[in-house]
Amino acid sequence: MELLFGLMTGIGFGILLQRAEVIRFDRQIGALLLVDMTIVKFMLTTILVGMVGVYALVDLELAKLSLKPLVLGGNVLGGLIFGAGWALLGYCPGTAGAALGEGRVDALTGMAGMLVGAAAYAEAYPSLLGGVLAWGDYGKLTLPDLFGVGHWPVIAVLVAGGALLLRFLERRGL
Amino acid sequence: MNASPQFRPSPGARAWNPYVAGALAGLLLVLSVYVSGKYFGASTTYVRAAGFIESAADAGRVAQMAYFAKEAPKIDWQWMFVVGIALGSLAAALASGTFRLRTVPERFAARFGHRPGLRALLAFAGGAVAMFGARLADGCPSGHGLSGTLQLAASGYVALVCFFVGGLVVARLVYGRAGR
Repeated sequence: MELLFGLMTGIGFGILLQRAEVIRFDRQIGALLLVDMTIVKFMLTTILVGMVGVYALVDLELAKLSLKPLVLGGNVLGGLIFGAGWALLGYCPGTAGAALGEGRVDALTGMAGMLVGAAAYAEAYPSLLGGVLAWGDYGKLTLPDLFGVGHWPVIAVLVAGGALLLRFLERRGL
Repeated sequence: MNASPQFRPSPGARAWNPYVAGALAGLLLVLSVYVSGKYFGASTTYVRAAGFIESAADAGRVAQMAYFAKEAPKIDWQWMFVVGIALGSLAAALASGTFRLRTVPERFAARFGHRPGLRALLAFAGGAVAMFGARLADGCPSGHGLSGTLQLAASGYVALVCFFVGGLVVARLVYGRAGR
């Protein structure tokens, strides 16, 4: 059943990604060149809607959070390395399959490269454990924890800030 | 869209409004969390898939590797989610008449010309680097960028900012002004 839910959720997400054109190399690289903010508009709206919905469910005890720990070494270094590779590939792990789905054959070698990258990481993992993966480990820290406030004030600030950013992008015609 | 002389977007059915599609994706995520307790993510699936492939060559070695013990080669919710994304995109592309086989994206061609071999090679290299980074960061734009930030996880914000910083620098170096 869980597998069926995964498939159905993926199909729904794939349809939205394809019709909003956010899986296109040109849109992803366009965002990184600061000339086409379509993917930023899509992502930011998803985040803001998801944030309100998920925390409402959590408050009603209908869902649980699933937090990844803040490990500055891994998050920062890995994040920068991911970004560098993303700029070459022009697809991300979730959208590469979708790009292939709409006929972008170049996503195939990208996906093969991602398998090689995953295998290489599995080889490197034991030697990273005591090093970069131990630097700046703060555990499962959230923004409300960090600022010592409840989650709704943080959400209110992020929704307002997100709306301002989107208005700025629209005014600049991006 | 900037209609610069070097770059023209490809024609096809009109795109959905990114705010509407993004909001629907947010509702889909909330529904998924409610129904199955699952948040969106993608990059762990590549680890599991790599584990499957390596198991075919040497199952004993894979069984002894710490990272494959942590992320075992198995088909789980996220695996099916990633497959579903590809199928959903295929269905939407066929239904909207936007399916088209192509080997070189427009912005790439604007910078390097129509060179499918070079594009395939750079996509492979970029994919390998990106996935190594995603696993080191413990997530990709789905796991950190969407699921992490919407749960207000500090790790999500740090990773998302770093994704864009790394991407902005390399995109400028590689595609420069031609891609714009």
